[in-house]
Amino acid sequence: MNIPLISKIAKNHLLSRIKQPIVAALGVMFGIGTFIVLVSFMTGLNALLDGLVLNRTPHIHIYNEIEASEIQPIERKLNPSEIANVYSVKPKRNLQRIANVDALQRELLADEKVRGISPQVSAQAFYMAGDVALNGIINGIDIQQEMELFSMGDYIVAGDPTQLNYLDNGIIIGKGVADKLLVDIGDRIQITTPNGGVFNLKIIGFYQSGLAEIDNIQSYVNIKRAQILLGEKSNYITDLNVKLHDMDDAPEMSRLIESYRDISAVTIQEANAQFETGTSIRNLITYAVSVTLLVVAGFGIYNILNMLIYEKMNDIAILKATGYTGADVQWIFIFQALLIGIVGGALGLLLGFGLSVLISQIPFETEALPTVKTYPVNFSPRYYVIGIVFALVSTFFAGYLPSRKARSIDPVEILRGQ
Amino acid sequence: MTKTILRTENVNKYFRKPVLFHVLKDINISINKGEFVSIMGKSGCGKSTLLYILSTMDTDYDGDLYINEKKVTGLSKNELAYLRSKEIGFIFQFHYLLSDFSVVENVMLPALKLGAKSKTDIRKDAIQKLEMLNIGHIANKKASKISGGEKQRAAIARCLINNPSIIMGDEPTGNLDSKNSQNVFRILRELSDEYGLSLLVVTHDHDFAGQTDRIIEMGDGHIIS
Ligand SMILES: Nc1ncnc2c1ncn2[C@@H]1O[C@H](COP(=O)(O)OP(=O)(O)OP(=O)(O)O)[C@@H](O)[C@H]1O
Ligand SMILES: [Mg+2]
Repeated sequence: MNIPLISKIAKNHLLSRIKQPIVAALGVMFGIGTFIVLVSFMTGLNALLDGLVLNRTPHIHIYNEIEASEIQPIERKLNPSEIANVYSVKPKRNLQRIANVDALQRELLADEKVRGISPQVSAQAFYMAGDVALNGIINGIDIQQEMELFSMGDYIVAGDPTQLNYLDNGIIIGKGVADKLLVDIGDRIQITTPNGGVFNLKIIGFYQSGLAEIDNIQSYVNIKRAQILLGEKSNYITDLNVKLHDMDDAPEMSRLIESYRDISAVTIQEANAQFETGTSIRNLITYAVSVTLLVVAGFGIYNILNMLIYEKMNDIAILKATGYTGADVQWIFIFQALLIGIVGGALGLLLGFGLSVLISQIPFETEALPTVKTYPVNFSPRYYVIGIVFALVSTFFAGYLPSRKARSIDPVEILRGQ
Repeated sequence: MTKTILRTENVNKYFRKPVLFHVLKDINISINKGEFVSIMGKSGCGKSTLLYILSTMDTDYDGDLYINEKKVTGLSKNELAYLRSKEIGFIFQFHYLLSDFSVVENVMLPALKLGAKSKTDIRKDAIQKLEMLNIGHIANKKASKISGGEKQRAAIARCLINNPSIIMGDEPTGNLDSKNSQNVFRILRELSDEYGLSLLVVTHDHDFAGQTDRIIEMGDGHIIS
């Protein structure tokens, strides 16, 4: 096949009827442009929504499930044949603590799949303001690790979180809590603990995750302060939040941890199964809309090529009479379809990119998403590659059927008809 | 001994639609190298139908066709296409140029397909053929913007571009006024006399036919003489 020759003939045919190919190319352009805009915007939004939860969710969350021991101490002292009846079994308070936490941390950090660990001490408390006592959860955290591993910094909407490093009586409170208590940064806040302790802490920052049920109860202090709130020693850690390099390794690691330790290790996959579904449905919609648009554009190309073939019947007969094969003629028309596809597709990419840039500059501010100022748009080149491939494949198929017809045209019939 | 360029053995053709119709009956003809032969006969006797078979465009017939003593009946479509571009030049009654191309591009197209020469050489050849037919000055004009006589001469230039063994024409002057007809006939005569080309031309024009080397008379699907 002589490609320059075939493409020259194809080009001449298109240029002779330039209006219709332009209309067809515009169809492809809008199809591809819409695809790019939709997919960039949708995936941008997906990343934002996923990030909202997934960034904050440890890949493996290690903690002690509170449950009564299956084997009571007395049973260990008995022979299997003897019977001991223990009534009214209650869980032991101390069970919330992860046993041997230092050894566990060392083991985990030695694994090269682990990116880092953020230990936490979780404590229940009440925020006091005058008569009001608000139910709350106070987490003792290592602010450095939290910021590094779980982008904590993105969710501090006011104040300097790093003060938590050295201010033992500093507290970062949830924005929802702050709003209810009408407190500001620098103010003091009174905390009472279930076992009766009363503490006076200084507010150094506001935390806002965007999820109201968290922001209305959550506060952060440093680990040492949380241990003091609970009246515990410095080896008292209730949670280990593990971040891996690749979150797909989580299920396997979690199984390993649970196999040799009597402890719960919940993976991100278990904790957020519903997010995957949301993402895939949004993707499905995006592709469905784009495919529909391209199919419509494809019908346009199909029509125009059919018409062109009808118009160029004589040319086809001449070419065949002078030695061009059916395949040559078929390629001429496939080239025309591809030419429309390439031009329309390329323009579509430009259109899509332009609109995406525009959208990414539109202000988008919402309570729920404190760090987001404009609409989220994903500029991944992947979608541009998919877009152009999409354009070429769909125009190829739109051109294929008419081109088959051109291939099978019998020149004798055309010449005789004159 | 003269060489045979084109020969048929008992060619029969039927049209099956709308009713079975035996259009060509036991056609046995042969054309020698350098011969200028015309085919005459009443309208509807099957001249065009025969010519389409001889030019290998129509393959739906019984009997055998030989070109340069090589049997071409039964070759594949692609082989026939190659054969056409190499061995056969065809001139149509209606000039049949590709209107989106310039005159010289039209002449070049069969040679570009054959691909035996470089593009610059083909262009040189094409210009030379056009000049030979006295239309070198319109080489770069769009094919849709020249006169009927010029078109037919351009079509002759095109059928010469691959130096074929034989040139066939179906009433090549049928659509031209008498002056242009004479002009085209003179060109064909020259091609035969000066370049030793073999020609087979269908015509209704008795003057025209009278000046060819041999007339094949057809009637009702038979060769009469
Ligand atoms: N596709 C076809 N189907 C059926 N019959 C056909 C077909 N083409 C031609 N015929 C018939 O075959 C006969 C021969 O046709 P052909 O075109 O070869 O005649 P011709 O000798 O070239 O006539 P003319 O001098 O008018 O060009 C005619 O009677 C015509 O009606
Ligand atoms: Mg005829």
